[in-house]
Amino acid sequence: MSEIILDMNINGENISIQVPSNMRLIDILRVKLRLTGVKEGCGEGECGACTIIMNGKAVNSCLVLGIQADNATIITVEGLAKNGEMDILQQKFIEYGAIQCGFCTPGMLMSAKALLMHNPKPSKEEIREAIAGNLCRCTGYTPITKAIEAAVKV
Amino acid sequence: MIEKTIIRADVFAKATGAAMYADDLLFDAMLYVKTVMSSKSHAEIESIDCSEALAVPGVVAVLTAKDVQGKLCNPTERPILALDTVRYIGDGVALVIAESLAAAKRGMKKVKVNYLELPAVYDTEEALTDGAPIIHGTSNEACHWKVRKGNLAEGFAAADIVLEQDFTTQRVYHGHMETEICIAEPTPQGVNIYCPGKAPFYARQPVADALNIGLNQVRAIQPVVGGSFGAKGTDAGIIAARAAIAAKHTGRICKIIYSREESMVECTKRHPFKLRYKIGAKKDGTITAMEIYGLVDAGAYTSETKRTTARSCVEATGPYVIPNVMTDIIGVYTNTVSNDAMRGYGSPQVDACSEQIMDELAIKLGMDPVLLRRLNGLKEGSLSATSQVMTGVSLDECIDKLVEKFDWYERKERIAKSKKHGDKVRGLGMACMYRGEAMGAGAIDTAGVNIHVEKDASVKIYAGLNEVGQGGHTMLASVACLVLGISDKRISVARVDSAYVPDSGPTVASRGTVLAGNACQRAAEQIKEKLAILVAGNFKVKPEDLSFANEKIFITDNPEVSMSFEKAVQACYNAGKNVYGFGWWCAPDSWMDPDGGSCEPYFSYVYGACATEVEVDLVTGKTEVLAFAAAHDVGHALNVMEVENQICGGVSMGIGYALTEEILMINGRVDNPNFRWYVTPTAVDYGEIIPIIVEKPSKFGPLGAKGLGEPATSIVAPAILNAIRDAIGTRIYQMPASLEKVATAISANKGGKA
Repeated sequence: MSEIILDMNINGENISIQVPSNMRLIDILRVKLRLTGVKEGCGEGECGACTIIMNGKAVNSCLVLGIQADNATIITVEGLAKNGEMDILQQKFIEYGAIQCGFCTPGMLMSAKALLMHNPKPSKEEIREAIAGNLCRCTGYTPITKAIEAAVKV
Repeated sequence: MIEKTIIRADVFAKATGAAMYADDLLFDAMLYVKTVMSSKSHAEIESIDCSEALAVPGVVAVLTAKDVQGKLCNPTERPILALDTVRYIGDGVALVIAESLAAAKRGMKKVKVNYLELPAVYDTEEALTDGAPIIHGTSNEACHWKVRKGNLAEGFAAADIVLEQDFTTQRVYHGHMETEICIAEPTPQGVNIYCPGKAPFYARQPVADALNIGLNQVRAIQPVVGGSFGAKGTDAGIIAARAAIAAKHTGRICKIIYSREESMVECTKRHPFKLRYKIGAKKDGTITAMEIYGLVDAGAYTSETKRTTARSCVEATGPYVIPNVMTDIIGVYTNTVSNDAMRGYGSPQVDACSEQIMDELAIKLGMDPVLLRRLNGLKEGSLSATSQVMTGVSLDECIDKLVEKFDWYERKERIAKSKKHGDKVRGLGMACMYRGEAMGAGAIDTAGVNIHVEKDASVKIYAGLNEVGQGGHTMLASVACLVLGISDKRISVARVDSAYVPDSGPTVASRGTVLAGNACQRAAEQIKEKLAILVAGNFKVKPEDLSFANEKIFITDNPEVSMSFEKAVQACYNAGKNVYGFGWWCAPDSWMDPDGGSCEPYFSYVYGACATEVEVDLVTGKTEVLAFAAAHDVGHALNVMEVENQICGGVSMGIGYALTEEILMINGRVDNPNFRWYVTPTAVDYGEIIPIIVEKPSKFGPLGAKGLGEPATSIVAPAILNAIRDAIGTRIYQMPASLEKVATAISANKGGKA
């Protein structure tokens, strides 16, 4: 397999990395960069566990080829906390019990973060829409939407 | 009673991406294993040609059942690998071990299995007819449970009204977000397995059997678990055994990770049921008799079918006093994917039907459905269907709180006034339940917990019961906090590692809180006693004169005289004593009569009541749950927020069961092995969920607590189905109430009530 060199800004850091040309972004993040907060739940873009923010948009990293992320700015769940302080979304997820098994959490947080980056005061409906592509089997979404609403109010 | 909401300790790592699930663990020089699955529903394996697969670059070995030195399975159980016969599309046939996942996948496609196809059977009724293909032994009947009470003929003769109805419930999938996975690491005498699941101790057995080694050579280390809901039990054992065989064969660390499709094709599901209900009642609503006959699709192997069907048989009447009962629930083998435990195992299926026939009875009698249930509901001292004297009954309390918090009668009036909204109609429905706690008759229902208080007064809890994501380990911390009067900041709970914690069975049957909670309470009480003896000596009082609260140990009648928890711990150490507790709890006796006579199949029962308002689109048939209220008696809410969120999650899963979820099978093949066509609820699919906590302390549970995980799902579907009936005037008897089925029902009913 031929290899390519990708330049990316990941969680605020510029990197250059050589990867097989057919490598998915999720594998680059998880395997090459050990950003294992990015989760794989289906590999088909149906569950949202692998959601990251690429160039300001929430995307399923299992559906992105590495080459498509060349020169991209990427945020993963590992990049949410700043200077040791958790993002308000992370804080509210914890406060509202929005995390049970936690496997959907990183993707859920990134979908919510992407929403707030563009729309700091979303409505309840906009919040639900923003996470509609992220499946959660534990919480029934109720504490998750409450947590995001609470983060909006801060 | 003190109520506390402590923040779970595991969520900080989960919120930052630092939590290590099995797929996140990093090992050097790891090999990848793929399972070649049967493409036939029923066939003899004539030969397996591995030569082409072995020629694929990167493939290290290909193993079949013949390479397994130990036991493949017990009779009628699913083998680690099929030796001579495959019984469903998904049965494991061979393992391909390779240097990379991609090479393993390529090798998997090159394994050539020659099958001699046998006739297959996919339907439970057909499977019981003469001449049907036999899947195990001499009959396809896996089990037959009975409940007999009173005289059925007399009961129906005394009735003014008799209703009879057939129902079916569908096969569904747990939908755990993390798929099945295992990493096996060979050790000189055995193997270490990193296999997330609900039953780490159970998973060791097939590993030990396959390798012909003792359980003491199989160390099960639990990574963070990404959901279970009853999955990752039987399947985890099989996958762990496969990984272990591969690891021992190659002498290297081997990893198996299932794709979503593999998980949905091979792994176990919720049992589909066909049920016939017959109910007789007096004009005033008093039920006189109930006859229930059910065929349960076990799939190709026994798995948890016996325990599931036993529960169904016990709970089939619903939480009512029925003087004359005859219930038969029969498990039947078919050439389909094996069915096992899924949240509620056996309860949701019968609840869906018993609560619909109750609703229908209320309609036929022109009675308020709430009143009908109150009239017939179990009360303190009532006799259950198995003639067990019921104690700690809280059905009325659940109904009372539900009616109040959901404004049942106000909503009813409002809907009566304005039922139709454009092309949509609204309806109300309710359902009630009782459910046996823990595993019940015939099971080893025990758990153990160790608590170490360190010299600095930090506390470590080592529990044998696994945290699968539900918050069970935080529950243990809550119990320890309440017993010792300390802050949760002192406590951390270790993940299960079979090397260090006592075998406490599986995290199933909503048994975690009762079993491990009790063991934890006993362990904490031992520590409390040790500290009390020491502090009492200091204060020159008796140990029983002391109280533990707010991080202090003080004289109950003179709180000014106190010692901090920390000082007491240090004093204990200084005096040469240990500050260690070990708690063991065994569930009280329970038993079942194979002939259906009186018995006590569970030592305790939980109660609940749910209600919902739905809106049905008359054009598309789409049902929207506008609001869903669920009242559950949890005895004592050890963590209010977690209890409420557990209810919300359970309701969500129940909404999927009622409306959209179904594993579609075509000639034994799973036709929708992905989340595109297997539709679970998303955040936009329903309205408000209203969790309602009822607390009637249990005499068995830790600090009065009861289990909740499964009750939270059990009666969601019937409440919704009853609300659809209320909205459109027609009942959906075959779950799920999909758009197509509801639209068809509306169409058939044109000119009717809607």
